[in-house]
Amino acid sequence: MAGSQASHASRRILQPVKHWFIVLTLFIGLLLNMIPFGHLPGVPDWIALVLAFWCVHQPLRVGMGAAFIFGLAMDVIDAAVMGQHALAYVLLAFAAGGLSRRILWFPLSQQAIHILPLFLGTQLVMMAARMIGGAEFPGLWWFLSSFTATLLWHPVTYILLTPQFMPVEKDSERPI
Amino acid sequence: MSVVGHSPPPFFKRGPAPLARLIFFVTVSITLLVVDLRFKTLEWARLGVATAAWPLQKAAFLPIDAAGGLEGYFSRLTTVLAENDRLRAQALESANLLLRQGHLEQENKRMRALLEMRERHPAEGRLAEIIYAARDPFSRRVIIDKGMQQGIAAGQAVVDELGVIGQVVRVFPLTAEVSLLTDKDQAIPVQVSRNGLRAVLAGAGAGVMELRFLAANAEVQPGDVLVTSGLDGVYLPGLPVATVSQIDRDNSFAFARITCEPIGGVERHGLVLVLGARQALPPQPDDELTAKSKPGKGERVRKRIR
Repeated sequence: MAGSQASHASRRILQPVKHWFIVLTLFIGLLLNMIPFGHLPGVPDWIALVLAFWCVHQPLRVGMGAAFIFGLAMDVIDAAVMGQHALAYVLLAFAAGGLSRRILWFPLSQQAIHILPLFLGTQLVMMAARMIGGAEFPGLWWFLSSFTATLLWHPVTYILLTPQFMPVEKDSERPI
Repeated sequence: MSVVGHSPPPFFKRGPAPLARLIFFVTVSITLLVVDLRFKTLEWARLGVATAAWPLQKAAFLPIDAAGGLEGYFSRLTTVLAENDRLRAQALESANLLLRQGHLEQENKRMRALLEMRERHPAEGRLAEIIYAARDPFSRRVIIDKGMQQGIAAGQAVVDELGVIGQVVRVFPLTAEVSLLTDKDQAIPVQVSRNGLRAVLAGAGAGVMELRFLAANAEVQPGDVLVTSGLDGVYLPGLPVATVSQIDRDNSFAFARITCEPIGGVERHGLVLVLGARQALPPQPDDELTAKSKPGKGERVRKRIR
């Protein structure tokens, strides 16, 4: 798709992002992560998804600091060990920030393929941290959530870029 | 990236290099991990974050509550009728036992007093509801809806109407975390109710438990009921815990592999009873102290010299 708007291949110029919108979306991710699904496999890690998105699109605004803070929040909410999510998210933010220069030149489906190893890496880091501490293996189904998060990359890109797609001057004749 | 040792001019302030930031945050995270796993001293930080996040968490329950309410709305009358019938039958069945229990407890108390035995701690409990299972896939924990405000403390035993399901491990102002018996880190001292054989039951994950450190020829049969022995001072003695489901006696190992299944609804949701903290057992005799308090030969000699 040559005219994909959410990549550099698009000729469209986006509006600058609003700072409060980034914070709001991160908190919505936290809220979605708090919905108690228990051990249901395939529920994506929303915070990781939103963090990866902003680290790719706004590497100068969202980085390892935000990842660390939201990681600590997730540690408490998940009843996990302190630092487990923080460590994994910091590494995710670093990798996503490093990818941000090149991955935006690809169409969205290929962006998602680039992002998948990052999510899997995040889960592997968490698993390593816990299994060194003597926890049990959670089972292969647990890794399904990375794949669902990857599938969500396409819709999430459009949702999170919607405010930036808005025209600068309001035109009452224009449908959108 | 610099070209031959020349860094680009600092037009835009960017802070420390990404790699430096990465190393900083990773170091902090790993320190936190080690401190929490090894020394367990981060509970105050956890408490602070949990309290701040509580309103957000309450909001996150809304979709689940709404789904439950919708389901209940359509099936309420029939379920309630069926449940009512069942409960009435159950009440009739247990009325006989309940009526006699008060009498028996009184009698038991008198007889114990006669025997000058230490009075058993009366079993008092607080009803709580399991709100949800913690998302953490590495452990088996559930969250109940009673916390510090209701006087729950870490270490209390949690039972349901069938048997023991776990132990409170962490308390927040309005909620508490219960570690289930099937958690890998959870162990409970038990005895076989048939012959009084004592052992330690440990979680093995995936809804089963394992009876550890019993010799390959230990007298255990499939179907044996395990009850708490009360030796740890946490669980009251005599609470049903698990039934033995499978025994694997391999002579090449010193111990038998004994798999057990919990009696209580460990992996189910519902109402539970948090038992009150037991009175502390009398302190165990300390070997070093007794050795020191005995007057040794050397001391006596020294005293004489003085």
